[in-house]
Amino acid sequence: MSDTHSATPILKLEGVFTNIAQYHILQGVDLSVPRGEVTMLLGRNGVGKTTTLRTIIGHWRAHKGRVLFDGEDITKLPTPAIARAGLGFVPEDMGIFGDLTVEENMTLAAVSGPIDQARLQWMFTVFPALETFWKKDAGTLSGGQKQMLSIARAMIEERALYLIDEPTKGLAPAIITTMARAIKELKDQGASILLVEQNFAVAKALGDSASVMDDGRMSWSGQMRDLTQNADLQERLMGLSIEAH
Amino acid sequence: MLKILVSGDTPRSPILLALLIVILIGLACAPFLFPGVRSVDTAARICIFIVLVASYDLLLGYGGIVSFAHTMFFGLGAYGVALASTHMGRGFDSLLVGTIAGAGLAALLAFMIGLFSLRVRAIFFAMITLAVASAVAVLVSQLSSLTGGEDGLSFKIPRALGPAFKFTDGEILGVKANGKLLKYYLVFLSCFALFLFMLRVVNSPFGRVLQAIRENDFRAEAIGYRVVHYRVAATCLSAAIAALAGALYAVWLRYVGPDTTLSMEIMIDILLMIVIGGMGTMYGAVIGATLFVLAQNYLQNVLSLAGDNVSTWPLLPELLNADRWLLWLGVLFILSVYFFPTGIVGRLREK
Repeated sequence: MSDTHSATPILKLEGVFTNIAQYHILQGVDLSVPRGEVTMLLGRNGVGKTTTLRTIIGHWRAHKGRVLFDGEDITKLPTPAIARAGLGFVPEDMGIFGDLTVEENMTLAAVSGPIDQARLQWMFTVFPALETFWKKDAGTLSGGQKQMLSIARAMIEERALYLIDEPTKGLAPAIITTMARAIKELKDQGASILLVEQNFAVAKALGDSASVMDDGRMSWSGQMRDLTQNADLQERLMGLSIEAH
Repeated sequence: MLKILVSGDTPRSPILLALLIVILIGLACAPFLFPGVRSVDTAARICIFIVLVASYDLLLGYGGIVSFAHTMFFGLGAYGVALASTHMGRGFDSLLVGTIAGAGLAALLAFMIGLFSLRVRAIFFAMITLAVASAVAVLVSQLSSLTGGEDGLSFKIPRALGPAFKFTDGEILGVKANGKLLKYYLVFLSCFALFLFMLRVVNSPFGRVLQAIRENDFRAEAIGYRVVHYRVAATCLSAAIAALAGALYAVWLRYVGPDTTLSMEIMIDILLMIVIGGMGTMYGAVIGATLFVLAQNYLQNVLSLAGDNVSTWPLLPELLNADRWLLWLGVLFILSVYFFPTGIVGRLREK
């Protein structure tokens, strides 16, 4: 029973189509996120990676296809219900609440009750800056600190799956290392992670499996190491964007 | 102790703290410090408008929801008291029934408007509130057999709140110890309690979620909060408190009419007060309402005095003519927006 359970993916997208206004962004996305792994969602800009994450969390509605989370169909559930079912989401724009303090941002993120102090202490070891600026308005933090807060807010409660959209975008190398370590520690705790990342070095370091998107569809899925070891495949799937990294 | 009283939301600026203390002392001791019908009336209006503007701040400043129906909710409370007092006779029971009915109806109406419009987009809420508020104002004017129409309703309040009632012989610090004094303190203490309650609400987890929704509603949803539920709850709460302010206003005036409670002019006044004071601060309502009501009541006198002093100068006496007080109120508003774009409280709190 448990073998069957661990063999089923934590998240599965079956032929998902999503339109935004008159634009057909996702055109039959099939995606499988194995349990306890970091799955990289890769692809050039504008191929639909962010829309895929936002469709999973319910911000955009799939007008065709199914999104299955832990075997349950969540395609039509409202966003808060999806979040409370066990999905943590870190958006590309960070989405911190700038007028509230770091403490208030974190307290709000603990939707099921008071913050677990042990988990908070772990959070402080991963992101020491948050402890330093605990009482400060989140709007006054630097870009890197805001990103730390954004990830910490998703991590403050244990979730079965984390959807993280470009956490290293525009950050200094030292902060990228901190982010990568945080995601690694999260994975070591047994969480499943679907990570959109343009920084191929980070993707290579963190990814167990990978799915590459092109033009609103999955163009390749497999093990990350197969992709990292095959330069021709990288070139074919992602073109020049990968060369930049 | 003080920190607990203000729910941890301290003024965070020494100048603001000083201003708030002056206003609090001024209002708490108004009948003794400024005896006279007009000054006490101004103080009571300030108290009521602080609550009304703060309840709007709860909606706009904290929830990011634009409503044009706040005077309608204010009017429902006022008409509730007036109708109950007219039909049930004078008495505290009439006041209580009218207040509860007005506040309940306001909350119910806010719930219905909110549920139908906030589910879609917040902007529809603004449009629908404008339509409903206009419809209610017309309805109140038309239903003259019930509401008194354009003339409004004058009614009797309990004797204990009237000038003929003496609760002790003689005077207290030179002020007649009559029901009028009791009525002022009923208004003052109710407004003080309502303001502290609103401070409590905005500084509670509910208030924090509202602020989060105002800043980024999608992010709040993605954390797990049902945005519509919170917005509707804030709308109902704000409407009920506006109705309570309306009930106090009716008790104070012993009269309600479309112009005193339901008009769009009052809605614009509320917006001006909140912009002058500072949105999303609660204390902005105190500063904005105090300055605005004082200006409304005394700017004419100030201009008249200034005009007399410069009567021999060219042009100035014309400009400072007391009849031009609205022009100067407009100038003051423009200057305050120019110099304090985040409101007076926002500016004072800047580091």
